[in-house]
Amino acid sequence: MKGINITKSHRRFHAAPLLAPSVAFLLLWMVVPLAMTLWFSGERYNLLVPGKSAFTGWENYRSLLTHRALWLAMGNTLFLLVLVLLITLVGGTFFSILLDQDFPGRNICRLLVIAPFFIMPTVSALIWKNMLMNPVFGLFAWITHSCGLGTIEFFSHVPLLSIALIVGWEWTPFAVLILLPALQSLNPEMKEAARLDGAGPVELFYHIELPHLLRPMSIVAMMEMIFFLSLFAEIYVTTGGGPGLASTNLAYLIFRDALLGWDVGRASAGGVLAIILANIVALFFMRAVGHNLEDWD
Amino acid sequence: MRSTWQRRLSLTIAGWAVGLGMFFPILWMFLTSFKTEITAVATPPALFFRPTLENYAAVLERADYVAFARNSIVVSLGSTLLALALAIPAAYSMAFFPTRRTRDILLWMLSTKMLPAVGVLVPIYLLWRDFHLLDTVFGLILIDSASVLPIVVWMLFSFFREVPAVILEASRMDGASPWEELVHVLLPLCTPGIAATALLSIILCWNEAFWSLNLTTVKAATLANFTASFSSPEGLFWAKLSAASTLSIAPILVFGWLSQRQLVRGLSFGAVK
Repeated sequence: MKGINITKSHRRFHAAPLLAPSVAFLLLWMVVPLAMTLWFSGERYNLLVPGKSAFTGWENYRSLLTHRALWLAMGNTLFLLVLVLLITLVGGTFFSILLDQDFPGRNICRLLVIAPFFIMPTVSALIWKNMLMNPVFGLFAWITHSCGLGTIEFFSHVPLLSIALIVGWEWTPFAVLILLPALQSLNPEMKEAARLDGAGPVELFYHIELPHLLRPMSIVAMMEMIFFLSLFAEIYVTTGGGPGLASTNLAYLIFRDALLGWDVGRASAGGVLAIILANIVALFFMRAVGHNLEDWD
Repeated sequence: MRSTWQRRLSLTIAGWAVGLGMFFPILWMFLTSFKTEITAVATPPALFFRPTLENYAAVLERADYVAFARNSIVVSLGSTLLALALAIPAAYSMAFFPTRRTRDILLWMLSTKMLPAVGVLVPIYLLWRDFHLLDTVFGLILIDSASVLPIVVWMLFSFFREVPAVILEASRMDGASPWEELVHVLLPLCTPGIAATALLSIILCWNEAFWSLNLTTVKAATLANFTASFSSPEGLFWAKLSAASTLSIAPILVFGWLSQRQLVRGLSFGAVK
């Protein structure tokens, strides 16, 4: 913040009251439920057994951590996060480069490409589940069948991949929304100079476009990470976490404990573990791409 | 000459293939909503059929679409306004009066989004019950604005930071108070950024389903609940489901398309230099 020369007292004078409402609101929203979650996680508290809550210490955590379901769910959460990030970043980059070219109807194509981002997650999951991926009446089944291939049982054989495909379809437009303007802001003279030096499209991409896109890409990854760590609607609508636990992520596991098992204590312990995982991932992430985001020092 | 012509043709084909491919699921749902339930599940899939409006009639008869749509509009606009009202002063103070803690506060705000909603569902449900906020539009607005607030603050912060400090300094020299500086200088300068932020917030709130499904039932139920009520497979249902889904997404899709220029220009989070 070069260029601002105001005295420190002046600075203190209005910074705090302007910032306070937001901070207070978020503190209330986060700290109160978080404290309650922490409290419940130490209790034996099942809504089906009223009036029988009692402090049990680490019992809920022990039962979760020694159970295979938790580790499976953690693995699934991370798998989905990485896979969907890859799909959206690769797809988003490719689509942006394509839409950055000059061809008739590119504006309409841009509208079509970004459309999935506006669709409710529940609705997109329902469309994909019923009309496209249904093994009997779905369009994909008809296509693979007409090609002489068998039917792919999307949600029973490759549940995680199917969910990743749906979420990738929803979020690739978000990557395009950020990467396309970044590409368009690239100085055309730089591209022209590279082309005159004999650079082909591949060299152009690696040496000019990709470095320019790194910062917007880290922003896409950070925003998406926030949403992908707690994917819920897509799983709820399509597989219900199954078959078995094959597509259960942490968010869904907690939901199962809390709302299907009425086990508030265990669900709260799961919530605390989910928060810890999210923070570990965030920390790693900040280490990996943080330098792309930080320029305010 | 020929090679540029070929290049243009292949670009056009590739571009349209991508555009139509991404849009296809939505188009397919839209077409299905005009089929009868029998043609909706026909194999091979029917591309040409006699369109019918019976699904829309059936859907509108079963549920009061207007009430759900009104709740969706009120909740997404209300949450966005509340989030902006809280975030604008916060982003302003952090962008122009940064302290050593500014960075930590920003990261902390973003980290509240890392909290999986299900992790706090039970406490929130109990609190909302005790404060009589269950199934109220206001209760949902509180939740939605809290969940978009970090993103709104962050986006506004990155827009405000692009405004040269000299401009604000000049107005301060002319004797403007911080409030006047914010309202008369900064906000007009950042209108595109604020518009993009508001648009993103409206879209996220409109599509929010988790809290509205869990905290509302009748009075404050949004279009997310409306769609969910048609999603249980009871007999032949694809056509009606498609009609209900089309009704739920059409307003936000049209809104998104109309405002996509602002959205594309503004969604850079300060990434485009």
